[in-house]
Amino acid sequence: MPRTDFDPIAIRKEFPALDQTVNGKPLIYLDSAATSQKPRAVLDALDAYYERDNANVHRGIHELSRRATIAYEDARGRVGSWINAVEPSEIIWTRGTTEAINLVAMAWGLDNVGKGDEILLSVLEHHSNIIPWQLLAKRTGAKLRYIELDEQGRLILDDLDSLLSRRTKIVAISHVSNALGTINPVKRITEAAHAVGAIVVVDGAQGAVHTKVDVQDLGVDFYAFSGHKMCGPTGIGVLWGRRALLDAMSPYQGGGEMIHFVGREESTWASVPHKFEAGTPNIAGAIGMGAAVDFLSEIGMDAIAVHERDLMAYAIEKVGAIPGLTIYGPTSLDERSAVLSFSLGDAHPHDISTILDSDGIAVRAGHHCAQLVMKHFGVAATARASFYLYNTKDDVDRLVDGLEQVRTIFA
Amino acid sequence: MDTPQLSSLYQQLILEHYRNPRNKAELKEKTVEIHMANPVCGDEIRLQLRIEGDHIAEAKFVGQGCSISQAAISMMTTLLQGRKLDEADALAKRFTEMMHGDEDASKDKALGDLRALKGVSKFPVRIKCALLGFDALQEALKKDGAGETH
Repeated sequence: MPRTDFDPIAIRKEFPALDQTVNGKPLIYLDSAATSQKPRAVLDALDAYYERDNANVHRGIHELSRRATIAYEDARGRVGSWINAVEPSEIIWTRGTTEAINLVAMAWGLDNVGKGDEILLSVLEHHSNIIPWQLLAKRTGAKLRYIELDEQGRLILDDLDSLLSRRTKIVAISHVSNALGTINPVKRITEAAHAVGAIVVVDGAQGAVHTKVDVQDLGVDFYAFSGHKMCGPTGIGVLWGRRALLDAMSPYQGGGEMIHFVGREESTWASVPHKFEAGTPNIAGAIGMGAAVDFLSEIGMDAIAVHERDLMAYAIEKVGAIPGLTIYGPTSLDERSAVLSFSLGDAHPHDISTILDSDGIAVRAGHHCAQLVMKHFGVAATARASFYLYNTKDDVDRLVDGLEQVRTIFA
Repeated sequence: MDTPQLSSLYQQLILEHYRNPRNKAELKEKTVEIHMANPVCGDEIRLQLRIEGDHIAEAKFVGQGCSISQAAISMMTTLLQGRKLDEADALAKRFTEMMHGDEDASKDKALGDLRALKGVSKFPVRIKCALLGFDALQEALKKDGAGETH
């Protein structure tokens, strides 16, 4: 049940790491697009598992193994319901979004992509949604094609039909850009991709974090996301896939847990999802991610989205008014998420970040693992402030003060 | 709000080198070129040297990056013109000592304008910015020395 009112100041108190000073100033954490902070509820779930239930899953007859298995599988079910999966077995635990995308590239790609086939990406992608496809293309002789960006960092979809053909086997696209915050029209792209028989793989690392994701409504075939960006632990993520596709796929890695019968030359595989979960999984991570889903559900994804939209409107107005400051990405709030990528005069983003850090303000500086995006805008790097449910308008005011100091130093 | 540490980091001399970098141009008669990048942040430079016998006849660079990396390499190339190879190597070592907080090194006149970068040692995550140019220099000296004994 969602809470009745949304109070970011009360929410902030549930995050122990946010209650500290950095360089003598109260911490203002504006780097949630890199990784979010963790609420007490998630930290407690990790402790409870290690302190009481720690045992390997699906292997033991004893009580602790039973408890660990229940907690682990229960988390799978909750994450599945949260994104409207048909059944829990469509949720495959991975190390994160990156491993989930690599899994599709190898386990689906190697069996279904051949010489002359095409994989359609966009210039907006994070390296984790480019490099796995480059590796697949090298091994299969497939060709990569790219959807280009307009001057606001939005996908140019006018010529989408000409980019797609019967040769297109995979369309891999991010739900939300980590570098600019652009929200992509995934449904529209999916309809066009399906019309030519391609599958659609979505990098949801920045998507599931901020909005309610309904994989049925999106209509996609695979959706990948990470625990650590949505209040969960590091080292755990999810690949959701359609059951029929997962059933038909070869395993990704071999080892314990993923087998049925093992012979000297040949073996048979466990059913989905275990077929894709070789070795002892990140049990605590999965349980922590389940707790993160509970936490976010209780607050309500819609309330989080409304809060972030308000915050972004305020940030764009206040930060955008600083002389010499350029904001990258879509101008319309309907098309952007809680990411503010910017540059300020001739101050390099590193210098901006160092000066802000001396004020206790954490922002990211660099290419954000999106070098194609940086090239598009003709910059080597940008500074990026990213917001989440625990940020407030006061945080934006502090950021503005910090940026004024950057202007003074680089006057 | 300006802290003493921050003012010592962003001295006017550093910002002046950042905005008006010395020796920033392609060197046509280069004998050695080293491409050095910091993939984490995107800073990158190509250091180009014309080495004649036992000394650096000319040093230039091209590239882009933050004020610290660009100022450091501007100052470094200024000091390298006509410098003997073993002197250049000693300079790199001395500068590295200063980055690791060595007070004596930070007062060493041999470092010239580079002494203005002393404050970087208080910002551990920025030290690699300051060292980018010298890392390239040391690679260049190694490459030039390969197969010979100095």
